[in-house]
Amino acid sequence: MLDLTYEPPKPKVIAGAKHDWELVIGMEIHAQVSSRAKLFSGASTEFGAEPNSNVAFVDAAMPGMLPVINEFCVEQAVRTGLGLKAEINLVSAFDRKNYFYPDLPQGYQISQLYHPIVGEGEVLVEMGPGVARLVRIERIHLEQDAGKSIHDMDPNMSFVDFNRTGVALMEIVSRPDIRGPEEAAAYVTKLRQILRYLGTCDGNMQNGNLRADVNVSVCRVGQYEKYQETQDFSHLGTRCEIKNMNSMRFIQQAIEYEARRQIAIVEAGGKVEQETRLYDPDKGETRSMRSKEEAHDYRYFPDPDLLPLEIEQAWVDGIAASMPELPDARKARYMADYGLTDYDANVLTAEVDTAAYFEAVAQGRDGKMAANWVLNELFGRLKKDNHELSDSPMSAAQLGTILDLIAKGDISGKIAKDLFEIVFTEGGDPAEIVESRGMKQVTDTGAIETAVDEVIAANPAQVEKAKANPKLAGWFVGQVMKATGGKANPAAVNEIVARKLGL
Amino acid sequence: MSALNTLTLAAARDALRKGETTSVELTEACLKAIEGADALNAFVHKTPEIALERARAADARIAQGDAPAMCGLPIGIKDLFCTKGVPSQAASNILKGFLPEYESTVSQNLLDAGAVMLGKLNMDEFAMGSSNETSAYGNAVNPWRRGNDDTALTPGGSSGGSASAVAADLCLAATGTDTGGSIRQPAAFVGITGIKPTYGRCSRWGIVAFASSLDQAGPMTKDVRDAAIMLEAMCSSDPKDSTSTDLPVPNFEAMLTGDIRGKTIGIPKEYRMDGMPDEIEALWTRGAEMLKDAGAKIVDISLPHTKYALPAYYVIAPAEASSNLARYDGVRYGHRAKLAQGDGITEMYEKTRAEGFGKEVQRRVMVGTYVLSAGFYDAYYNRARKVRTLIKKDFEDVFAQGVDAILTPATPSAAFGLGEMQDADPVQMYLNDVFTVTVNLAGLPGIAVPAGLDRQGLPLGLQLIGRPWEEGDLLNTALALESAAGFVAKPAKWW
Repeated sequence: MLDLTYEPPKPKVIAGAKHDWELVIGMEIHAQVSSRAKLFSGASTEFGAEPNSNVAFVDAAMPGMLPVINEFCVEQAVRTGLGLKAEINLVSAFDRKNYFYPDLPQGYQISQLYHPIVGEGEVLVEMGPGVARLVRIERIHLEQDAGKSIHDMDPNMSFVDFNRTGVALMEIVSRPDIRGPEEAAAYVTKLRQILRYLGTCDGNMQNGNLRADVNVSVCRVGQYEKYQETQDFSHLGTRCEIKNMNSMRFIQQAIEYEARRQIAIVEAGGKVEQETRLYDPDKGETRSMRSKEEAHDYRYFPDPDLLPLEIEQAWVDGIAASMPELPDARKARYMADYGLTDYDANVLTAEVDTAAYFEAVAQGRDGKMAANWVLNELFGRLKKDNHELSDSPMSAAQLGTILDLIAKGDISGKIAKDLFEIVFTEGGDPAEIVESRGMKQVTDTGAIETAVDEVIAANPAQVEKAKANPKLAGWFVGQVMKATGGKANPAAVNEIVARKLGL
Repeated sequence: MSALNTLTLAAARDALRKGETTSVELTEACLKAIEGADALNAFVHKTPEIALERARAADARIAQGDAPAMCGLPIGIKDLFCTKGVPSQAASNILKGFLPEYESTVSQNLLDAGAVMLGKLNMDEFAMGSSNETSAYGNAVNPWRRGNDDTALTPGGSSGGSASAVAADLCLAATGTDTGGSIRQPAAFVGITGIKPTYGRCSRWGIVAFASSLDQAGPMTKDVRDAAIMLEAMCSSDPKDSTSTDLPVPNFEAMLTGDIRGKTIGIPKEYRMDGMPDEIEALWTRGAEMLKDAGAKIVDISLPHTKYALPAYYVIAPAEASSNLARYDGVRYGHRAKLAQGDGITEMYEKTRAEGFGKEVQRRVMVGTYVLSAGFYDAYYNRARKVRTLIKKDFEDVFAQGVDAILTPATPSAAFGLGEMQDADPVQMYLNDVFTVTVNLAGLPGIAVPAGLDRQGLPLGLQLIGRPWEEGDLLNTALALESAAGFVAKPAKWW
């Protein structure tokens, strides 16, 4: 396997009116745990159900109801921790974060402030061939999601839907190691990719099951290195937190806007106030949600309804033993085993479904050829029809059979493209289609020789020209292919034409 | 046979099995007693139809020879327990009209054991109080009176309705809950037995939460044997409560031999408080002598952190309560204030909670919010948690020295007059819990047993504290104390 080494990317520099500035970014990603039931109740987590249909008594905080931890959600958090090369805490604990809001029925969110289940880990974020940022993970903790308030159904009333209340989230907290808007988006992309490989989060940002809070500050060039040496935050600027973003594009826009806003304040002699802000994508700006003074006092304390969460090392080891191959390893394997380029390997491993499709096609075949067909023919054709791979009309088995037919010499590459189109639009077994439609390549040299003889006999002038200029032999090959309906084996035609012309 | 409603659980059970009476007869006798006892204000929701239906079902089971432990025995349920389809409002206006769609594990266990529910019993609002005066229904009244006057006395709190109902023979027994003494103090005030089991012995599922790390359900009964019978029916390992124990439920009644020879009983010197009435002190000494006469060894012990228990309790319990009661916000169930034009969500919360919660509940929510707030957390809540650990260790140390049970007074006084503490500093009221809160903080089992009458003819109780999970042994020691004390007095009926 290839051992890939990376250089760190250059941080983004923004030129202010007076100085150059760098960005320092840390992120908190809220990833919904893939689980059929909620974190502390048996209610379903299905998306898009009738409002208030997936609500257990404990989700609605009925009097006397108690939470009971869903073991599968714990397993998913541990799996995620292992996937991020993180420390797994065998003892963790749940705390209550208290605040009032109608979509929070208990009046508190059960979270893990003091003792999270996962400790320090890391994510390698590639920014180009051989260039990557190593982002340190500070912690991952399990917590409950809130419900949904609906304010636009009635002029006088608000409504609330508790279906999402109590759904398990993993909050993945990074260190402030991200140095620009593109890196931030790449970090979320990479994290999402890993979670999807692990099967611990669907990563569907539109449905809100991956959301990001972004902490942004700016500093003068050179300050960040001082922070790195000392881990002393006083070398950095005051940060603002932009809450609840669920689009890669908005994340980048918000960071860019926020950095420029802070630079303008500092350069004008002002002070950035630590606060929580929201990004307004319509106006393309962030605005204050609440200042530090207005910040909630969450009155965290250990949840007395739940005992400390204790897990066994052997159980963790069992999860570790069943870990799937992760994107970095898979990419390295594709490059080493199939000789793919860095770029192609990246594209094929970006989505776990793509990688699975590719591997099914490549299995027992020429990997490089499989990659070409998946990347060029299949993706191009899917794009033309606005299809996703998930609803591809062509299965990996069908594409594999086409590749087999090429490899056996039954069809030429050109015929294969026709066959691809037929299978893509009409379906069916490629091998049968080749038989029934007479698409099989002619490898019978006798038949090809006859065809070549006929073309040579009919075009004496061209024969003379070709003898003078051997490059024109291609014209004869073309004529023979035309005469045989494209079914003649091109290699055999080439060879016979050259021989007969005496080239 | 004496009047059916005055029977103990054991006597009624035996009579039912022998066919000497029926559950319907027992139930009717209790319903009649309840009808004539409105002045006690003990039952706040009466469920005679449900009771008679269950009594008939119990009689049918008994006839078939299939009679579980509590089959056909009429009992009352504290309003803190959610009972399916029956009003359950924790004596608070904020839960007015709340009809649970579920049955608490403890009341379900009792139903499964064949018990007949007569109705719901009065209590202090959200179990916060020591006199029953914080109840939204108005207080229950103690059936006992001082020999020389008609002053209405408190039945104690928070399980005051349960205490009053059992002492007045409105039911054979009742459920209570105990966060800082809410079973043992009222039991002592009305001359009955009340046990708070080890934390985790009874499931908390379906019981309206006050302070989750302290709350435990337990029986309030006419004697120790009944406490053993009913506790066994109430306990279970409940997967719905993460703090519930996995230990099997012992047969507590079978452990009642009355033989305590060779047991070591500790007398903690720190429970000898300044200004303690000499009658209480004398009762305590007498109790120790009774146990000694029964063959136990009496030793002086020290529980050095006792004096910090009450302040620690009044930090931890309100802290948990402030969070537990946040759910009563008017959004989903219970009371919601009428809003004025232009009022938003903040006004809805403020008005709803101001109208729905009584003064004592509001006070504790505010105290709890304060002690958890940024800047005060370490000074109050965290320090209280450390004190709690030390108190727990005090007990572990004496148990490790071979002490089997600890004898203390149950309360610092006999039942006081209703309204007497109205103008007092709230801390005066909190002092009622001084002998009982340590047990909750340490998660231990504790039982109050009536042991005598004071000069004015009011009952006084003693408390025994046991080792964790050894309720059987504790009940047996309590039985020895009960036999020696021979407490048989009953309140003279005035209601």
